[in-house]
Amino acid sequence: MHNQNLQLTADGRLKHFLTIEGLSAEILTEILDTAESFESMPKGVKKYPLLQGKTVVNLFFENSTRTRSTFELAATRLSAEVLNMDIARSSTSKGESLLDTINNLEAMNVDMFVVRHDQSGAAHFIAQHTSPHISIINAGDGQHAHPTQAMLDMFTIRQHHRDFSRLKVAIVGDVLHSRVARSQIQALNMLGVKEIRVIAPKTLLPAQIESLGVKIYLDMAEGLNDIDIIMMLRLQKERMNSAFLASESEYYKCFGLTEERLRLAKKNALVMHPGPINRGLEIASAVADGKQSLILQQVHNGIAVRMAIMSMIIQPEQA
Amino acid sequence: MKRIEIKQGRVIDPVNNIDKIGALYISDGKIAAVFDKPQGFEADEIIDVKNAIVCPGFIDLSARLREPGQTQKATFRSETKAAASAGITSLCLPPDTAPVIDTPAVTKLIKDKAEAVGYSQIYPIGALTQGLDGKRLSAMLALKSAGCIAVSNANAPLKNLVILRRAMEYAAGHQLTLFYRPDEPSLSQQGCAHEGVFATHYGLPAIPEAAESIAVAQCLELAELTECRIHFSQISSRRAIIKIQQAQKYGLDVTADVAIHQLLLSEQDIEPFNSAYHVIPPFRAKEDKKYLQESLATGIVKAICSDHQPHDLDAKLGAFSETESGVSALETLLPLTLKLVEANVLSLSDALACLTLKPAEILGINAGTLTQGMPADICVFNPDELWQVNDKNWLSAGKNTPFWGQTLKGRVTHTFQKGQLIYTLEKSS
Repeated sequence: MHNQNLQLTADGRLKHFLTIEGLSAEILTEILDTAESFESMPKGVKKYPLLQGKTVVNLFFENSTRTRSTFELAATRLSAEVLNMDIARSSTSKGESLLDTINNLEAMNVDMFVVRHDQSGAAHFIAQHTSPHISIINAGDGQHAHPTQAMLDMFTIRQHHRDFSRLKVAIVGDVLHSRVARSQIQALNMLGVKEIRVIAPKTLLPAQIESLGVKIYLDMAEGLNDIDIIMMLRLQKERMNSAFLASESEYYKCFGLTEERLRLAKKNALVMHPGPINRGLEIASAVADGKQSLILQQVHNGIAVRMAIMSMIIQPEQA
Repeated sequence: MKRIEIKQGRVIDPVNNIDKIGALYISDGKIAAVFDKPQGFEADEIIDVKNAIVCPGFIDLSARLREPGQTQKATFRSETKAAASAGITSLCLPPDTAPVIDTPAVTKLIKDKAEAVGYSQIYPIGALTQGLDGKRLSAMLALKSAGCIAVSNANAPLKNLVILRRAMEYAAGHQLTLFYRPDEPSLSQQGCAHEGVFATHYGLPAIPEAAESIAVAQCLELAELTECRIHFSQISSRRAIIKIQQAQKYGLDVTADVAIHQLLLSEQDIEPFNSAYHVIPPFRAKEDKKYLQESLATGIVKAICSDHQPHDLDAKLGAFSETESGVSALETLLPLTLKLVEANVLSLSDALACLTLKPAEILGINAGTLTQGMPADICVFNPDELWQVNDKNWLSAGKNTPFWGQTLKGRVTHTFQKGQLIYTLEKSS
């Protein structure tokens, strides 16, 4: 596949953050290290002047409370001005094109767009059509990518395992519709994990998923065997209505992560989930709230990781 | 009418097995002779085409000119000029114009528009159902009488198989060929890319091969039942070809064409999210592309078409799946076909047959050869000339092609339509 040079400057630095694809292990590690430095600052320090005088627009064409809030917090802690724009898809389909929306906002002299959109490739499209001084962070586009989520997941894993090369990771659930899974797979592969498995019913696996560098398991017991990290995916309840699945109970019976199932993985295997979780559908409360769960830690880490990415994109001296 | 001698060209006429350097004589809009000057022939004009190839004008089985109804995308004037510059002397127009080609009046409007811009050989394809609604049969006899060369529902779905069966019976009754673009909409849904590595990688809604091959299988079953002659348009998948091959072996009179871009690009060649690559049917897997090439060589798939779909800029601006599908393709038809020759997929003569003789056979028209007495539809091209796909060289109003900016080999220098010179390449300085 083609390289995403679009997101790098001529000297190889981050210009946009659109997808994990095409980014080197060095850049990914730099993001993790930078996030770590924000995390390890003394408790009292909450603000950094790195984005002083910059304006960040959260441009959400699709609803998301959590992702938007963490982006907002991250930008605020870097001293940027933040503008939140929730644009219902209906208003763009009523005539104003994606491009017009962007052009209008650009006229307000902003520096960075954080974009979420329900169509794959929307962030790329915006990055290709905005003025060169503006940077784009992809906060999720269709079923394509959610690279900041993947990086906060990597950060969370690294807090527990410094060496990725020994890890066996299982991604469980609706891989077909998941931008999170695609970005996770790319990040895990780039950071050199030993093995990635996807565990899902056939209806929720995209064609030739092996080509992304994963092994397919249709059975939880087999798939979880010897696994260090279990990354659960959110299941949209609408999937029951379009013949992807028979029923919630059958899904839970086959693919729900229960305490009993968790014991099939390695002892002390870690459980992750990008949220929001469906208790009793893809994960049992006892596991979600249990001591092997990193779910809240992921949310917490989202801020430092997004601060790291934003600060790497907007270099103070480049202004 | 002018008598013209085209001399010193390499004359290739697949049907007559001709491939030799010599002269071609035109009078009264017809081919007067090849090589041997007719007695008493005195040329009003002699055109020296040394080093060029002289062959029948190309017949394109599917080209949208966007008129009537979508003049923001293209017009008869812009697109017939582009066609002439590409050596294309006959164009078949799918019925999905606005209004749809479902009445003699629209058919006549199209013929008139063609005449007004001085491009005489436009073949409208009539709508199979009224307004392409997939439910009510169109007045096919009236359409045929008005000049429609075949019937088709273009990319619009039919409501169910009963409608398809009756439409086929009805078309068969009027000796009309059905041009069928096979697609099972419940399987292709809102897909915009082939269900394979690319769509999986980039998270795009996908169209499985089976959406095409199932529609082919259904249509073939009904072809036997109804005795309707079927031509499959823009086949893209290996499985569909296997079905067609089986039917041909069995003795059914079915043909198929393929869009030129499908023979050269696969899903692996798509630049991520570049809407110029958004085509329907989508670019398939590498193996499909290879199979399409082979089936052209073996004759299972008979013709190459441009599947020309010019778009305005706005239609291609947006996230990939939200853009309109289609490639502006008239002007790349010849150079891309020559790439197949260079890659040893087809001999030069066979490749040209796919653009001339074969589509003429599918349409049942008197064209596509240089036989004496035939209409003088002639393309003269320089097979070695390099040209860049750019604003300066491009005539179509639609610039939506994945080949934009590329340098291609093979350039048309003269095009004759019924003996009239409708295009001459201006010598670049």
